[in-house]
Amino acid sequence: MSKREITEADLQAWVDGRLPGDERAQVEAWLADHPKDAERLEQYRRLNEALHGAYDSVLDEPVPGHFSALVRRTHRPRAMRHAAVVAWCALAGVLGAVGGWQSRDWYARRDVMPSAQMFARQAAVAHAVYSREVRHPVEVGADQEKHLVSWLSKRIGSQLRVPHLGEQGYGLVGGRLLPGTPDERSPIALFMYQDSKGQRLTLYVRTDAAESSETAFRFAQEKSVGVFYWVDQKLGYALSGEVEKDELLRIANAVYKQLNP
Amino acid sequence: MRADLDEFGAHAASVIPRLRRYARALTGDTLLADDLVQDTLERALIKRHLWREGSDLRAWMFTIMHNVYVNQLRSRPAEAPVTLDAEAYNVASRASPVDMLEVGDIDAAIRRLPAEQREVLLLVALEQLSYAETAQALGIPLGTVMSRLYRARERVRGLLDGSAPQGILKVVK
Repeated sequence: MSKREITEADLQAWVDGRLPGDERAQVEAWLADHPKDAERLEQYRRLNEALHGAYDSVLDEPVPGHFSALVRRTHRPRAMRHAAVVAWCALAGVLGAVGGWQSRDWYARRDVMPSAQMFARQAAVAHAVYSREVRHPVEVGADQEKHLVSWLSKRIGSQLRVPHLGEQGYGLVGGRLLPGTPDERSPIALFMYQDSKGQRLTLYVRTDAAESSETAFRFAQEKSVGVFYWVDQKLGYALSGEVEKDELLRIANAVYKQLNP
Repeated sequence: MRADLDEFGAHAASVIPRLRRYARALTGDTLLADDLVQDTLERALIKRHLWREGSDLRAWMFTIMHNVYVNQLRSRPAEAPVTLDAEAYNVASRASPVDMLEVGDIDAAIRRLPAEQREVLLLVALEQLSYAETAQALGIPLGTVMSRLYRARERVRGLLDGSAPQGILKVVK
């Protein structure tokens, strides 16, 4: 390339180190005759450095657990959140039924209450929606646990106790109140737990208006969300998580034991 | 559920820190940035079948992040409008030369850029995307990348020098 006009694009590319050797030399020769431009480009170059100085520290921050968990789930065909939105519509009676959300693998067949399957499904949907929240996974955090429990107890009309799952590796994140479905008058209390890797579990609790008898643990699988659920002293519980069934059972047992010391 | 990463997942995981750095610089807010990253990852997982194995996943993810960001801006019009009035910027009055920059100065200055210029500047200067990749990620011609890059740099330089460009900059090729 012989003598050609140096364009502003050439100058920008020089700043960014994107020019091949011969073009770089041409620009540098040109800059020698244009000191004002040379100074301007030097400022651009320092701006590049300043940007790295300002933001490179983000690269060293630990990646939040949910992000890693999200890409770990890449064998799933669709992100759960979207399935969850569809399912919420179903629950609101818009669609009535949604294909694909079929419960299976029943753990026990006894004492199946009419709405039991629905209960497990609602718990799975709540889990899918809220366990993916980065900013607002809970309304009241674990730092206000006393307030959380008294508030939710009052709202669902039953005295609640919140299990502690530290021994199982899960810390309490906090909780939130969810509206009850049209056939249930009582709203729902949702407690969220998280392990050190960001894996989340939710415990979904409602006052059980139907039958007050105790039931065995039952298991439902709603897509990638496993749910163990049971009724105990007028309260219906559902523990949901995207973990292996055995692991979930181990934690469900711990929850049950703490609630029935 | 298996915990192992497939190839896409492993690649995606390796890009997360870069996505977070870019999102932080783009939004200037830790929470907004992580929201942006989360939405980007979810979109990427849904659209993963569109990613051609072997091609640069990082550039592809920045493309998705741009689309998510633009949608978020549309639904969140609260971002302060950008004006060329130098007197409105307290950063301008500091009149610190570019080589005396502090982190807060640079952040405040790029906050004053129109989003479209900020994106170009950050993709090129911070994320080291090639000009062609930047053009592709933002869905704009290469010439537009170059002119936005020039405008962004001039704007920031002006802000930090206390001599914000007056009026309309000359358009360069």
